[in-house]
Amino acid sequence: MPQEKDYNAILATDCGSTTTKAILIEKRGNEYRLRVRGEAPTTVEAPFEDVTRGVLNAVREVEELSNREILEGEKIVKPALNERKGVDTYVSTSSAGGGLQMLVVGVVKSMTAESAARAALGAGAIVMETIAVDDGRLPHEKIQLIRHLRPDMILLSGGVDGGTITHVVQMAQIIAAADPKPRFGLTYKLPIIYAGNKDAREEVKKILGEKFDLHIVENIRPRLEEENLIPARNKIHELFMEHVMSQAPGYRKLMDWVDAPIMPTPGAVGLLVHHVAKQRGIDVIGVDIGGATTDIFSVFKGTFNRTVSANLGMSYSISNVLVEAGLANIKRWLPFDIDDADLCNRIKNKMIRPTTIPQTIEELKIEQAIAREALRLAFLHHKTMAVELKGVQRQRTISDVFIQEAAKSLINMMSLALIIGSGGVLSHAPRRVQAAMMLLDAFQPEGVTQLTVDSIFMMPHLGVLTTVHERAALEVFDKDCLIRLGTAIAPVGDGKEGEEAVKVELPDQTVTVKFGEIERVPLEEGQKVKVRIIPGRKFDVGNGRGRELVTEVEGGVVGLLIDARGRPLKLPEDDTKRKETLVKWFESVDMYPK
Amino acid sequence: MAHAYTPGLQVAERTVVRKERRLPLKGEVLIKEGDTVEAEQIIARAYLPGDVELLNIAGQLGVSGDEIKPYLKKKEGDEVKKGEIIAESRGLFGMFKTQVKSPIDGVIESISFVTGQAILRHPPQEVSIKAYINGTVEKVIPEEGAIIRTVATFIQGIFGIGGEGYGEILPVCSSPDETLTPDLIPETAKGKVIVGGSFVTYEALQRAVEVGATGVVVGGIDADDLRHFLGYDIGVAITGTEKKGITLIVTEGFGRMNMAKKTFELLTKYAGRRASINGATQIRAGVMRPEVIITQEGEAEEPHKGWETGLEVGHLVRIIREPYFGQIGRVVELPPPLEQIETEARVRILKVKLDDKVVTIPRANVEIIQG
Repeated sequence: MPQEKDYNAILATDCGSTTTKAILIEKRGNEYRLRVRGEAPTTVEAPFEDVTRGVLNAVREVEELSNREILEGEKIVKPALNERKGVDTYVSTSSAGGGLQMLVVGVVKSMTAESAARAALGAGAIVMETIAVDDGRLPHEKIQLIRHLRPDMILLSGGVDGGTITHVVQMAQIIAAADPKPRFGLTYKLPIIYAGNKDAREEVKKILGEKFDLHIVENIRPRLEEENLIPARNKIHELFMEHVMSQAPGYRKLMDWVDAPIMPTPGAVGLLVHHVAKQRGIDVIGVDIGGATTDIFSVFKGTFNRTVSANLGMSYSISNVLVEAGLANIKRWLPFDIDDADLCNRIKNKMIRPTTIPQTIEELKIEQAIAREALRLAFLHHKTMAVELKGVQRQRTISDVFIQEAAKSLINMMSLALIIGSGGVLSHAPRRVQAAMMLLDAFQPEGVTQLTVDSIFMMPHLGVLTTVHERAALEVFDKDCLIRLGTAIAPVGDGKEGEEAVKVELPDQTVTVKFGEIERVPLEEGQKVKVRIIPGRKFDVGNGRGRELVTEVEGGVVGLLIDARGRPLKLPEDDTKRKETLVKWFESVDMYPK
Repeated sequence: MAHAYTPGLQVAERTVVRKERRLPLKGEVLIKEGDTVEAEQIIARAYLPGDVELLNIAGQLGVSGDEIKPYLKKKEGDEVKKGEIIAESRGLFGMFKTQVKSPIDGVIESISFVTGQAILRHPPQEVSIKAYINGTVEKVIPEEGAIIRTVATFIQGIFGIGGEGYGEILPVCSSPDETLTPDLIPETAKGKVIVGGSFVTYEALQRAVEVGATGVVVGGIDADDLRHFLGYDIGVAITGTEKKGITLIVTEGFGRMNMAKKTFELLTKYAGRRASINGATQIRAGVMRPEVIITQEGEAEEPHKGWETGLEVGHLVRIIREPYFGQIGRVVELPPPLEQIETEARVRILKVKLDDKVVTIPRANVEIIQG
């Protein structure tokens, strides 16, 4: 960590796949605060093909709104010349051009190809296609497909160490024959990571070594019962920074402008979440639900984990949420009847026209139902990945392939103290309580948990800023980035409808909530009060069944949500009852307009 | 969201269309700049290396990799026939010889004296690319292909499946709101591009495949019918490699949706003309949409004004989300401030005149229609 300088003005941008967002942070008195933000369409694609155009446009908007002159022609004035001119530092993140798009090649679809896909997904890539010997395509079809996709990077795996090399060599031949070109720029060689049978390395080198930028790492499946994803994953990150990003149009220029290395957007968000957990000494979950992907970050017992559910999102990937969750799981969150075919069509229409927004309440409810499922699935994925590693490579035994070891997961919903939500569907929910309910339903936090959303998706900017000025990043995060929705109090346990589940004693009132119900109690933002929580004898709020807990809770725009709907949350099986129950819950927290 | 991002789909009667045609690997380009080409003409050709087979010579001979040299009857680069002897042990007094025979017709690509294995390659397969559209060769990409230019009627769909095809346009629906049903598809639709109206049923798609049609262009399809037809559900819209015996181009969206009037009129006007079609769709940064291209004589028209400048009062727009999904109207007002809509979200809106009323729509929920 470099020594923190006394900066007065800080500029940060995030070049997203569609929008470039710029923020200006200024020091007022002794504290750092967000001054303004600006945005402009990202310009990585034709006709501009220069990411800095979008950056300059977003910065110009910041200039207009802040009355501070930042640009001189097409140059950022650095350091600041006076209070009205220039900034002291500039940092940026990027996920422009659709993030990291990878092609995964393996031998057996359900084995090495699957391991390779896991490694790529875990590294934050979007897996465009998985190609395997047994995928049913003829060799020339595989070749056409590889050529057609234009990935940023290829991960080739196959074979256990010491096993046959024939098939993985064949796949290398197919890649060589396809001679795919990288997505950005024709002047560099496409990076290929070979993480297969070590005995085939020499053959693979012969076949791919000259034409491609070939990197060899340890086998991701050295033995049938062992999966070793870390070396491949690390190599993916390294190559993304060194090769892919620097090839994207305009990035070389952008790299010259910034004062810290450009970070991939999710990487920066993760860094910030990690800092926040460390600073406060708590367990945290952060989630960013985007159009194509959902990223989940967690810090439990000081251990940071990040997963990217590459095909769970609210626009480009929305149809995949339907495929993975199933129609019934989406419909269970809807308090009205809707024809299956109609619902499927609506979801597919959002996929093909990804920038549309819900106009009616019914459409909003559908979108928020899908969001719950996307979040739930992404979190399930995260739970299986966020396991205790203790510095050693994770080993999966044959039996684990069939039984996910939930017990080894680091995720502990009772110790979880803070959830940070971000992404359009959460940050832009018309009523904040809708965001709170989506987080509650999808994550089902237990005990006492603070719920927040990132107001304007500033976490990437602040994440990368921690690398040059941690204090400024954390101050702005605390004061301007987070919208405190409130605190959830959720007793764990199962009971009978109408049975008293929890009693919460606040300074001015006592609220009793029955099992199967949820209550919203106003508690203003910034207000912190001591509460005494007395669970029913079958319920636990953190101190064991029936044991009371005295703690401090923080208010927010929503207030306190006393969620006695049970953990795990169950919806009535009877359809009429289910709809009635949903309506009751929605009404009791004032979720939608009447 | 500061901008209504959906620029709308291009539907133009006379516009310049350029197509880059590249071989999947380096080869021979058969045409030169300025040549006139036909859609189905092969313009470049290459030979794909055949599949490889590994032959464990050392293993079969029972020697180590570095010992195989004296036993080889063939060397790298030699052509071999199936059953031909590649290596042979001396045996005992000339008997009990072990022979390693070629499992294929092909070439010995390499022999490793480390592993004792040979890589044999099947004979190369010819791959060629066609011009895809009628036009002239604007630029040759040496050893790879060419850019073909033409003036054409160019219609983009919103979603498709299947790859490139060519065929005569065969409208079978009399209006853009008619459903394409199996009975409307004649046996003579073989090799043709069937044009429907608002909707295609699963049965009609099956019928189109049965008669051997090249493609179907239609306003809408039910998501469930598509799943049934493909045998799986599409999660992310990256298509073009499906092998269902037909190319499908959906012009408006999922559900029953009248084909845009201009699209339908153009396709009807050019009935009997040959069209190039492609269902490939990729929706993410750098959008790729399915297309119908009908080459025209003469020059292109001026590009439609306002197309690049964004929304303006008077523009024809299609509403692309509930509650007026699929309806087409003219923009009558574009109020600059954010306004609250039914969901309570505050967004930029516009007012659109439909047949009988003026409705308020978020700007994100319309797309401009040309013409």
